[in-house]
Amino acid sequence: MNGDHDDDDTGNTMTTTDPAQTADTVSITAPRSTGTSATRVVGVAAIVAMAWLVAFGLGFSPADRDQEEAVRILYVHVPTIWLAYLAFVVTAIASALYLFTSKQSLGWDRAAGASAEIGVVFVAVTLVVGALWGRLTWGVFWQWDARLTTTALLFVTYVGYLAVRRLGGSHRQRARRSAVLGLIAVLEIPLVHWSVRLWRSLHQEATVLDTDGDIDMDGLMLFSLFVGVIAFTLLYAWLMMHRVRAMAMEDLVEDRGLDAALAARRAEGGA
Amino acid sequence: MSAWRVAWLIARKDLRVERRSRVVTNQVVPFAGVTMVIFAFALDSDAVLQRVAPGLVWLATMFSLLVLVQRSFAIETDDGALDAMRVAGVDARAIFLGKAIALAAELVALELILLFAAVILYGQSIAAGSVVLLVTTLVAATCGLAAVGTLYGGLAAGFRGRETLLPLLTLPAVAPVLIGATRAVEAALGTAGAVVSDGWPWVGLLTVFAVAFGVGGSLAFGPLIDE
Repeated sequence: MNGDHDDDDTGNTMTTTDPAQTADTVSITAPRSTGTSATRVVGVAAIVAMAWLVAFGLGFSPADRDQEEAVRILYVHVPTIWLAYLAFVVTAIASALYLFTSKQSLGWDRAAGASAEIGVVFVAVTLVVGALWGRLTWGVFWQWDARLTTTALLFVTYVGYLAVRRLGGSHRQRARRSAVLGLIAVLEIPLVHWSVRLWRSLHQEATVLDTDGDIDMDGLMLFSLFVGVIAFTLLYAWLMMHRVRAMAMEDLVEDRGLDAALAARRAEGGA
Repeated sequence: MSAWRVAWLIARKDLRVERRSRVVTNQVVPFAGVTMVIFAFALDSDAVLQRVAPGLVWLATMFSLLVLVQRSFAIETDDGALDAMRVAGVDARAIFLGKAIALAAELVALELILLFAAVILYGQSIAAGSVVLLVTTLVAATCGLAAVGTLYGGLAAGFRGRETLLPLLTLPAVAPVLIGATRAVEAALGTAGAVVSDGWPWVGLLTVFAVAFGVGGSLAFGPLIDE
């Protein structure tokens, strides 16, 4: 368990072979923040894109003929669910990369975990604003239709994934366990979706990503949606960079706490 | 020894433990029975109960599944038996299959009791023509439930908080079984005018589910418990 951080790829190497030195190494340099120039550029870009989204979503884009002003909710609703799907795909790919690459880098594990966390938040946003939109358009907050139900189960599935990540044990144990679970989710979600679709379907058909290829949408509305996708993609990238680094630092803190405890115990034995 | 033989031995061992300890007969079956009774308290209408009886049978099965899975892995982790088997070189796939077979046997017995309870308590009747559909549904649904239960039971085994983690992982995963098995049993029992031929597409869903989680579970089980 103690050897877990030896092959870690955080860039913060530690030498703790000599127990007498361990107490001092607690003060060795570690990054003091998760920000770099790259995150600052992406962060500023995300803020600018969000400002654009507010301007186009609330101001420039017209109200819909049927949905009226409620259509503006979709500029958040649709991008967040797309990004959530993307986040869960990233989780699955990072899980597979962790399991099937020979190095088994913990970086992939953290990328999977960070992406799942952000995905869960985005799905939550989708569900909440979707319920508000449903109240305005359908007259009810919730419909037991296929896509809504699948999305709710998707949310709970990844909440479970995050709970498994917090089960404890060494970093390697956490990484292996959650990577397997991240891949099982890929098996689970299509089955859930298929069964719920057989059960019932009522949600309006996808407008932009439908199969016939042409997009039936007002130009300015489509542009606002496009701005929303850009804005939330930047937000996702910015959150990912910070979260992965924060997780690396959390792992480092745990390792050091363990090393310090071991050193203290050894010192007790020696005295 | 082939993996199948090991799986068979593990399944027989589990069933023997259950037969001697009598926890399933003395606690799990009464629990499932009381669930059926409190559903009646909640719904409080004979007509509603008749309409939703197939769903209640499967809900009671899922709750009992959680209890059975906890039990199945508690007897392994108490003495570190799971680790001992891995150290002894027992194939993880054989452990998965063996525990799933034992769990499936217990579930089938429980489902038959629950169906019987639905006939008595909720006024259901089983026609002779629907027995084939009913039995096929029970088998297919049970295989899927046992595979998912064993997979997540093994994952949560030995951790603090496993009692709460297991339902969180298991219930979303078995949602397709709840949907498919309920519709198929509705067709078999003729609930709300359903006919037997409506049930077979749902059996297809249940079979795909059971195969997917049977194969996926036996592959994933090794890495999950191998720590």
